[in-house]
Amino acid sequence: MRLAIASGKGGTGKTTLAVNLALKASGTMKTVLADLDVEEPNGSIFIGGETVDEKQVYRYTPAWNQKSCSLCGKCTSWCAYNALIKLGEIILVMPNLCHSCYACSELCPDGALPMEASPLGTIRHFSRGKLDFTESKLNIGLEQAAPLIKQSLNYLDENFKDHDLQILDSPPGTACSMMEAVRSADYVILVTEPTPFGLHDLKLAVETVRQLELPFAVVINRDGIGNDELDRYLKAEEIAVWARIPHQREIAELYSRGEILFDKVAAVDDALSDILQRLEGLS
Amino acid sequence: MKEIVILSGKGGTGKSSVCSALAHIKKDNILVADCDVDAADLHLIMAPENVPGVDFYSGIIAEIDAEKCIACGLCAQKCRFDAISLYEGKYRVEPLDCEGCAYCHYICPVEAIAIPQQNIGNYFQAESRLGFTLVHARLNIGAENSGKLVAKVKSIAKEQCKKEGKDFMLVDGSPGIGCPVISSLSGVDYVVLVTEATYSGLSDLERLWTLLDMFKLPGACIVNKADINPSVASEIRKFMQKKKIADLGDIPYSEDFPKAIAMGRTLIEENETRWRPVFEKIWKAIEEKI
Ligand code: SF4
Ligand code: SF4
Repeated sequence: MRLAIASGKGGTGKTTLAVNLALKASGTMKTVLADLDVEEPNGSIFIGGETVDEKQVYRYTPAWNQKSCSLCGKCTSWCAYNALIKLGEIILVMPNLCHSCYACSELCPDGALPMEASPLGTIRHFSRGKLDFTESKLNIGLEQAAPLIKQSLNYLDENFKDHDLQILDSPPGTACSMMEAVRSADYVILVTEPTPFGLHDLKLAVETVRQLELPFAVVINRDGIGNDELDRYLKAEEIAVWARIPHQREIAELYSRGEILFDKVAAVDDALSDILQRLEGLS
Repeated sequence: MKEIVILSGKGGTGKSSVCSALAHIKKDNILVADCDVDAADLHLIMAPENVPGVDFYSGIIAEIDAEKCIACGLCAQKCRFDAISLYEGKYRVEPLDCEGCAYCHYICPVEAIAIPQQNIGNYFQAESRLGFTLVHARLNIGAENSGKLVAKVKSIAKEQCKKEGKDFMLVDGSPGIGCPVISSLSGVDYVVLVTEATYSGLSDLERLWTLLDMFKLPGACIVNKADINPSVASEIRKFMQKKKIADLGDIPYSEDFPKAIAMGRTLIEENETRWRPVFEKIWKAIEEKI
């Protein structure tokens, strides 16, 4: 079972839920948690643990070979991302704009644009007790998160195929990187909070998972702040609420120190038990 | 005209609340651009007048004409994104997988593949409830090219700001450090960072600052929820000193933040006596820096 934990809005408690749920679940089943918020991964702050494996991940971008180039300039018109420009007698490659489609490299009549590997980021595998945890980190300055997410999902397939539960901590939002993370899941939990911001962004996330035809449920974090608009929306849309985590300053303080919650806050432990029970009901 | 962008790295630090409070303080001499195009929320507080959105096109998605296709399979073989597959004897593009590279379009022997431009979202320019102009946008679900839409919002905002003769353009940026953030940085005069006194906040701030440093952008930082964890707050302050990031002061953990959002108000409207002095001081410090 692959479960994606996502949210339209950042900072709703997605990582908190993913980390606590994964640790609790690992007590009874083989569990792996993958932090796919590759721009700003935070899971390791809470999990810690020992490094088992570390892998550099690469992407391929063209490198210009002046000697074989006849300066026809066709590559600059093929590239859909304007990653190649012709400046006088030079073909300039801008790797940050490149999407690694290989069109220029394979179509170049002179073979003057061989693809070369450059670092994209890292995937680390940690273990804490019985929990396996992977963290993917995009190199700073790179714009595209989706290729690293794709490779991280492959890493999960290769290394943790037999785990009972794979939990994905997805990037926030509803753009391409969130989509890439969520698409491969069997089930999605959307985390939200009862404020107009939370509701507005939840609606977008709901639209996204519906478009992907994925089954999903909602977990409400910071229950008690804001208003009842969220509940009215969920009821009208007949969306299941699997758990509510109350708004407590104690939780915010534990979180600020990077601590695990469910062994200290009964309300969180109860919420996790409810979620695990629901998950069991699915399979 | 000076352009100030507000960023946070991490989501949920109170960036949009800070942005709307600062905009309120300067409401007569400001224009606001919401560049968090993936989860634009400022309009919920600023309640701009209802205007029709303008469609924004960027990038392409391949489309195979089944009539013309001779099922040679070349496109499927070449596509690096596994976006083309055989379905009931015909080749088809899965739009969610298509990266829009157009490689297939160039190599199809019978020119069966079209590459129509994609509508990736809308943008809006409207007068907010507080009187200033708000430019905001909505990126379509799963869309790529969010950076392009950010660039569009910024260029519209900049033009309008000049037209109105306003001195400040305030940009609410995206969380993260990827393409929409990088796009929101072009042409910016000053960066205001809003972090929170948590280890996640600190870790995200460090990564974001490394990015800003690459662009050699000057910046200042506000530590929100500072009293939630005074020891992390002081670690953040140490980091700021080390990196020469100006300190715009702390904001204590306050229920006014969610309350104001729930009521669709700025913090200034939520509790004027409490928040006006705080944000006037912050704004003054920013103005002195630029
Ligand atoms: S445009 Fe590129 S990504 Fe899309 S189907 Fe064609 S080859 Fe694949
Ligand atoms: S390359 Fe052209 S003809 Fe060949 S399968 Fe693809 S669309 Fe059909």
